Amino acid sequence: MRDSAVRKLIELARNDKDISLVTGDLGFGVLKPYWEAVPNQFINTGIAEQNMTAAAAGMALEGKKVFTYSIGNFPTLRCLEQIRNDCAYHNANVNVICVGGGFVYGSLGMSHHATEDIAILRALPDVTVFCPGDVTEAEACIKAAAETDGTTYIRLGRGGEGRALDSVDFKVGKAYKIRDAKDFDKKVALFSTGAILRDAMAACDKLEAAGIGVEQYSFPTVKPIDEKVIKACADKYDYIFTVEEHNIVGGFGSAVAEIMAEYGGKAKLVRLGINDVYCTKVGNQAYLREQYGISADKISERIQGVLGE
Amino acid sequence: MTSEQLAWKIRRHGIEMTHLSGGSHIGAILSVADIIAVLYANILIFDNKNPKWQGRDRFILSKGHAGAAIYAALAENGFFDVEELKTHYANGSRLSGHVSHHLPGIDFSTGSLGHGLSVGAGMAFAMKQNGNTDNRVFVVMGDGECNEGSVWEAAEFANHFRLNNLVAVVDHNKMQSLDYCDKTLEVSPMAKRWEAFGWNVIEIDGHDHSALKEALSAENADKPTVVIANTVKGKGISFMEMDILWHYRFPHDGWEYNCAVNELHKVKPDGVEDIYTPDGCPETTPEPEAGDHTMCLTFKPDYRMGGLE
Repeated sequence: MRDSAVRKLIELARNDKDISLVTGDLGFGVLKPYWEAVPNQFINTGIAEQNMTAAAAGMALEGKKVFTYSIGNFPTLRCLEQIRNDCAYHNANVNVICVGGGFVYGSLGMSHHATEDIAILRALPDVTVFCPGDVTEAEACIKAAAETDGTTYIRLGRGGEGRALDSVDFKVGKAYKIRDAKDFDKKVALFSTGAILRDAMAACDKLEAAGIGVEQYSFPTVKPIDEKVIKACADKYDYIFTVEEHNIVGGFGSAVAEIMAEYGGKAKLVRLGINDVYCTKVGNQAYLREQYGISADKISERIQGVLGE
Repeated sequence: MTSEQLAWKIRRHGIEMTHLSGGSHIGAILSVADIIAVLYANILIFDNKNPKWQGRDRFILSKGHAGAAIYAALAENGFFDVEELKTHYANGSRLSGHVSHHLPGIDFSTGSLGHGLSVGAGMAFAMKQNGNTDNRVFVVMGDGECNEGSVWEAAEFANHFRLNNLVAVVDHNKMQSLDYCDKTLEVSPMAKRWEAFGWNVIEIDGHDHSALKEALSAENADKPTVVIANTVKGKGISFMEMDILWHYRFPHDGWEYNCAVNELHKVKPDGVEDIYTPDGCPETTPEPEAGDHTMCLTFKPDYRMGGLE
């Protein structure tokens, strides 16, 4: 996903000299194709994320379409006020790319886990929040970000996410249907955001094998959120499950809850995510997803438990 | 209007605005008044009929708490009606205490310290990329503001990219919110710090208009320039000068307001009208403790040795 996003950015930058990529000294082996292809549209601003982000705002106000790049919480929490005051408040075309949403940098430890970023960025007015679920969505998000006049946040996985959708008629704020519910007695809706999509899909396969139909959606945009899909599923199903590689407080599940609470409908909501803890275990992304209850097996088990299977 | 006339008007408006609004930071408004006056009277290229004109110099007041000084300079230069200054802080006003870009002539909103230099550096960088060699970026900061680490991130960035179209001014009034700068977090020697970061440093008396004009006109072939403007907090009102009380206190009805206005009238340049009190105020005597709050309140030498119980 990360490499595809960078390839997309190269393609866009070749055709638009106002696109600039600004890195906080990260992207070894990843950004090289970019700086070789469009060297005059690249800056390494060093290990100084506050300056990187505020300078990006200044550049954007001079007509640039700026992408800031770093990993984990460095491009977001470290310089949150610069995103708020300098970028978003000034409607600056700054697009913050985070590589490593969730447990991507598993074994590197808690400092490198971006597990509250969706909640925090979502709380800022005038910030569009993208969490693509696969390579196709990631490419579309990069393109949409460049075309969006204002500040965006793009939360990427690192690699191996694959393509769930061959192509997508991408619109900011639109959710994409991954599958219709099979005609079983028990049917639910499952929404996910970000690169946990793969585990969510595998969980749906397991649920289908257990005789539970799932209408599944991927939400590459968390803000603005696709209210239409949420409301339709709230009317249609008894349960909506949300899955995110993120704290359950304030993130994607909370965004869905906000819509459902004010709308009504018959569905109950169950949020699957990291249960308001910091990660203290050591292991790779797959291991940590399992440990914190968001692997395909755990998602499937949890849903079956709720349905009383 | 000469810079001397504008400086007087900024001080007079500053007294009136804080008096009417009960607003803070008159000490900072008075210390920065001459810097702002010289910038607007002699240095900055702007068009009051077209505030976003691409051919303007960019200006950021990074010490946004002295916003009243900028509002006064803009009004006196025809960006909006002088009458509007009376709405400072008021419900429904455009004149927030800290500088807001929702006002014509303001390039960037500030208020949280340590942002302006980075934004200005980003603008200067993009202007170079865009081939704009006619304009410069000016950023006015506080000396207390230099406590912020992001200032030094920006200093590194501006030097690294040789942003000789960037001019920073440090309003070095030696005081900050609670105490003297050097009793808070040592900032001396200010000039040497900037030299060490690779900047072209010009140190002057920040109330000397000819020195300001010369320093702010100077062009450097390859370095960003910082003007260390040695100033007096509360400059021009004897009982406010170097008295920490006046960082937050506003001139109250009675002797505070009357004496402040009358002191200004004693040095009123020819050709300047006082629209508020054309003939000054009734003669009033300052109270005995006036101007006697200048003391170190928050630091004891023992702190350095960890000797306090």
